Amino acid sequence: MKKETWRELTIGTINLNAGNSITNLTGTWRSGKKPEFIEENCIQCFFCWLYCPHFAIKVEGEKVIGINYDYCTGCGLCAEECPPKEKAIIMVPEEIKLAEGR
Amino acid sequence: MAAVRLKDLAQKEDRLVAGHGMCLGCGIPIIFKIILRATDDPLIVTCATGCLEVCTTIFPRTAWNVTWIHSAFENAAATAAGIEAMYRALKNKGKIPQEKKIKILAIGGDGGTYDIGFQALSGAVERGHDFVYVCYDNNVYANTGGQRSSATPLGASATTAPAGTKSPGKIQPRKDLTRIMAAHKIPYVAQASPNKWLDLYNKAKKAFEIEGSAFINVLCPCPTEWKYEESQGIKLAQLANDTCVWPLYEVEKGHFKINYKPKQKLPVTEWLKSQGRFRHLFKEENAWIIEAIQAQVDEEWEELNKLAEM
Ligand SMILES: Cc1ncc(C[n+]2csc(CCOP(=O)(O)OP(=O)(O)O)c2C)c(N)n1
Ligand code: SF4
Ligand code: SF4
Ligand code: SF4
Ligand SMILES: [Mg+2]
Repeated sequence: MKKETWRELTIGTINLNAGNSITNLTGTWRSGKKPEFIEENCIQCFFCWLYCPHFAIKVEGEKVIGINYDYCTGCGLCAEECPPKEKAIIMVPEEIKLAEGR
Repeated sequence: MAAVRLKDLAQKEDRLVAGHGMCLGCGIPIIFKIILRATDDPLIVTCATGCLEVCTTIFPRTAWNVTWIHSAFENAAATAAGIEAMYRALKNKGKIPQEKKIKILAIGGDGGTYDIGFQALSGAVERGHDFVYVCYDNNVYANTGGQRSSATPLGASATTAPAGTKSPGKIQPRKDLTRIMAAHKIPYVAQASPNKWLDLYNKAKKAFEIEGSAFINVLCPCPTEWKYEESQGIKLAQLANDTCVWPLYEVEKGHFKINYKPKQKLPVTEWLKSQGRFRHLFKEENAWIIEAIQAQVDEEWEELNKLAEM
């Protein structure tokens, strides 16, 4: 991305690109654990969608279909609030990968 | 009123989107995911400085998908009042249709609302501006590292009221802002929490629909400053309701209504032991603080019940 100088900024630094934070992939913060979706246990209650602070539950039509790991930070709220006894979201260990070149 | 289903709410476009920088497990985005769905009208949001404002608007990015205006720490309510007055003037001049509905939402943390923004808030609602003010109360100045606010409860450890050998944490009880807002006799005042999502949704809907000033105080779990494991925020909010540390109620045209009564009121120790900021209270020499907290919660709950019976 070309660095903008002050000359290119809008007056008052108004940001005209509503919602452009989606280029910030918060999934890179995840460390050590991640949620795993088990579709056959899902009762489609949408609590995971509701309680995910990072908007990382994938929804298609009227169905929860999985996790968007680009944004999932691994907080575990979705798994904690998933109601079925046989949970449809469980937290599993995830290997911590270092960025390339590190 | 048709039953509200989460499935249906999920179909609506997000007005606050992914890529914001709030912490793992933070309660703020959950609260506003619900509130921002409670109106379909065009919406203008202004935020006082604090975690939500800072973490959603790191230049050159914004997580806001609606018109959004920055406010300083102390003046979100004044900004909202100005926006509302401008639209009123534009309508009076015939520049936009009189019947066009535009909703205005001002948001502040507890520091920005109970403390430094209180004068602006009190003034704006006394003048009767038609807007909704939501305070997300995480009991602390979280964005600057955990200083005490007037919403910090008795006994909690904060960086400017640290628990240690000379101090048992904050020694003053918290200010009851919801009651203070009710004393302004504005059309709508409510207290809510994100674990009771439908109650919060209904309150936000009412607040948006009512003409004049509306105020909602929402308990906001903060893993970073309350010191608990990130996945526990919603369970903690439920504990706050069940211990009556944070009762859910609303005040409509002066009439108090309790929206949730725990089947079995739990002792405050259940709440206190769930968070690191209260850990020191379980030392023998601090037992009196726990007793004082329980006495205060009992007294306030009893008072609220009396008000609701009136
Ligand atoms: C006049 C002024 N004083 C101090 C600050 C620094 N400051 C920024 S956010 C903040 C704390 C905000 O606390 P709160 O309103 O509770 O929101 P939270 O950070 O908890 O979300 C402070 C002290 C400021 N921005 N402006
Ligand atoms: S772990 Fe947290 S961030 Fe990831 S999907 Fe679940 S609730 Fe969302
Ligand atoms: S909380 Fe669990 S059961 Fe409910 S929709 Fe999400 S995954 Fe399915
Ligand atoms: S410090 Fe607390 S309120 Fe602020 S972003 Fe982190 S969890 Fe949320
Ligand atoms: Mg705060």
